[in-house]
Amino acid sequence: MPPVSRGFGSRRRPDADPTRLPPGQYITPDFPVLSAGPTPRTPLEQWTFAIRGAVKTPASWTWQQFLSLPNETFTVDIHCVTKWSKLDTVWTGVSLDVLLEAAGTTGQYVTAWSDGGYTANIPLADLTGGKAWIAHGYDGKPLDPEHGGPARLLVPHLYFWKSAKWVRGLKLTEEDEPGFWEQNGYHIYGDPWREQRYWGD
Amino acid sequence: MAGAAVLGRLNWQLADVIEVVDETPRVRSLVLRCPGWPGHLAGQHVDVRLTAEDGYQAERSYSIASGPEDEHVVLTVERLEDGEVSPYLFDVLHPGDRLELRGPIGGYFAWNEALGGPLLLLAGGSGIVPLRSMLRHHAATHSPVPARLLYSTRSLNEVIYRKELEQLNSALIEIFFTLTREWPEGWNGHRRRIDEELLREISWSPAERPLVYVCGPTAFVERAADLLVAMGHDAARIRTERFGPTGT
Repeated sequence: MPPVSRGFGSRRRPDADPTRLPPGQYITPDFPVLSAGPTPRTPLEQWTFAIRGAVKTPASWTWQQFLSLPNETFTVDIHCVTKWSKLDTVWTGVSLDVLLEAAGTTGQYVTAWSDGGYTANIPLADLTGGKAWIAHGYDGKPLDPEHGGPARLLVPHLYFWKSAKWVRGLKLTEEDEPGFWEQNGYHIYGDPWREQRYWGD
Repeated sequence: MAGAAVLGRLNWQLADVIEVVDETPRVRSLVLRCPGWPGHLAGQHVDVRLTAEDGYQAERSYSIASGPEDEHVVLTVERLEDGEVSPYLFDVLHPGDRLELRGPIGGYFAWNEALGGPLLLLAGGSGIVPLRSMLRHHAATHSPVPARLLYSTRSLNEVIYRKELEQLNSALIEIFFTLTREWPEGWNGHRRRIDEELLREISWSPAERPLVYVCGPTAFVERAADLLVAMGHDAARIRTERFGPTGT
């Protein structure tokens, strides 16, 4: 066990359900904002979502086409690498199973790319089987730009930097290609339950 | 990149607290001796871990306030009323204690001379901390890159590192303060929240392509970054670090 911090322990937070709080995390009722640059604001009439790269048929949707796809409203816990976790967040979006099926994938890895130049890499297997969405609603309202609106990737079982804000498309690849934070010291996969925060974790 | 220093796992290490410095009524700096510290880039942060006697642990991230050339690693901590870790660091920790940390972390919100400039730093409140590391690095290396800092706080007694910043103020490093709530009689700095006119006054033009680092509460960072983009600055040259709740 690590050395005891003299005098620490009196102000601790109420015990959280250990089955829902990964190691090193704490629960916050807030919704902190973390972004590497300014918040992009792309007009909806110029917005598209595209799937390309190692696919059978490149696919693209306008905002209207995207909204007309089958929507789900779902409740998940999210875990940020900066230590906060937020439980029971309610989102609305389109399952990636729906979107990926339209393109037909051949590559096994995905780079999500966003307005503003952000990228994040995720294995394809982590985006299929009802585990990931392109979300456009939060708590019954359109997703706020600070939190990634009009639409963001949502992969709640990985650290939240993988859930790329302002997402505009997915590029399927044969190899796992490190994205923005993955090139800047953060873990290539990012499983909060194994505390894969940084390179070498 | 400091990345070269952290290709392996970032292991937890014990630092000795050798000094605690009162910066403002709610802000203290912890001066740490970290044996085997691998070095850091100005702007990076560390993770701090506290362990209670029954094994309970809490982890948080803190920006590094010292420059890469400084002898000791310094963390500057703002005491958050409802916090779990910052009140401990502020109220309990004293010289002679040890503190567990690992780092340095983060390769993007960091500056060194190779990234060039001109360098525009915008700080809100305790968002000054990583920018102070950049200024110390700039001064210690006698960088020829022109640098400007605009530092926004509510009042003068919330200005962290005030004396040091005033001493850094020179032809090459220009320091501007703006106070948003109250100011002393005869205050000759700025007296308002950051706005377009203020940015025009202290910033280089978009054509001069300043490299911008903005750090502070979310509302401050959103406002500053949005203003810069609206003024025509290249969004790719604006690096941000936000903290604090949004209230949503």
